[in-house]
Amino acid sequence: MSTMAKDGAAKLSKNVLRMKFMQRGLDAELKKQLDEEEKRIISDEHWFLDLPELKAKENYIIEERSYAPCEDLVFGRMSFRGFNPEVEKLMLLMNTHQEEEEDDEDGNVSRMETDITDEEMAKRYESMVESMRKKFAKKRNRSTVTKSEEDVNCNVVEDQPKRAFLKPQD
Amino acid sequence: MDTIHACFKEKIGEVLLPGDVFSFRLPESGDGSIKSEKIICGPGLRRNGEEVRVCKSGILRHKQPNMYWIDSQQRRYVPAKGESVIGIVTTKSGDVFKVDVGGSEQASLSYLAFEGATKRNRPNVQVGDLVYGQFTIANKDMEPELVCIDSCGRANGMGVFGADGLLFKVSLGLVRRLLAPQSEIIKDLEKIFPFELVVGMNGRVWVKAKTVQQTLIVTNLLETSENMTSQQRQTLFKRVAEGSL
Repeated sequence: MSTMAKDGAAKLSKNVLRMKFMQRGLDAELKKQLDEEEKRIISDEHWFLDLPELKAKENYIIEERSYAPCEDLVFGRMSFRGFNPEVEKLMLLMNTHQEEEEDDEDGNVSRMETDITDEEMAKRYESMVESMRKKFAKKRNRSTVTKSEEDVNCNVVEDQPKRAFLKPQD
Repeated sequence: MDTIHACFKEKIGEVLLPGDVFSFRLPESGDGSIKSEKIICGPGLRRNGEEVRVCKSGILRHKQPNMYWIDSQQRRYVPAKGESVIGIVTTKSGDVFKVDVGGSEQASLSYLAFEGATKRNRPNVQVGDLVYGQFTIANKDMEPELVCIDSCGRANGMGVFGADGLLFKVSLGLVRRLLAPQSEIIKDLEKIFPFELVVGMNGRVWVKAKTVQQTLIVTNLLETSENMTSQQRQTLFKRVAEGSL
């Protein structure tokens, strides 16, 4: 009888043995066997392409179709001697990138010490002077202030006559 | 065989013709110790598998660290990504303008590609207007696409321009000479009188000065300076500045 019972236990189907609660009672060898079988089933079900392995070559030649990066071409809009001040501002803006890069290479230390160059500061204050003067000017004088804006640095004294009562002529 | 650079370097400054080939073996990097150097081949050079072929006739130029290109003279413009050009609006069709840029095909320009343009607020662009724009798409055999804003959505000088003034065409070589940093022609020209200039990489140049006569003078000087030595140019410009011409 005992042998028969053993045979009965051995005949438990694999699917039953694979269940989680059955794992505890299994011995190591049987466990291994089951795992292998499971792996085989999984790999059989997976498809794969029968291709040679692709070798990606490193691309060491880069193509560039434009002349602009080769010859460091500048911004295409230009204005000279104040013909179009807006464009001249743009020219400064667009063409400084290259100059700054060059500056950084040789003048790195000096640039680190002063974030704002003397020139930038002077430019900033130039506009400040005008707006402050406008603020302190009386309403009546404002129009004259704006008129004389152009010659801030030229010391031409405007000899406008003072406003006074004009006697009607007979 | 030497490194890639060596086989280019011995040809720098020489005239090359279409069909010339630079061939080199890759430095073996089996163990990863020798890192192959990258090179950038600019206009006129084309990659063909393991070699570089010349496809324009001209002089081989080099820029540090690893850029090589052919300096050629041509009048035909081929759009290239990132280049700024002057275009003429030819048709308005729905969402896009068709713009003639001098290439094989007209470029398309979206009405949204202007500064401050929205679906409701269309830019005021008429047929015949001049636009200064940049290529965002310029592939072989495909319609190129222009925009009049930069990546931040700002115009930065692009867009419709040129209420009056004069538009004319010069060779692409002269355009590059005009756009070169510290260009000698520009330096000589700006001494004469105040004027404004828009230079497109497609060979179109637009000039405006105070009077029509001055505009024409600048135009003629630019056109003639194409085939002049710097000395000839300077004497001519001096005579113009003195008013004897």
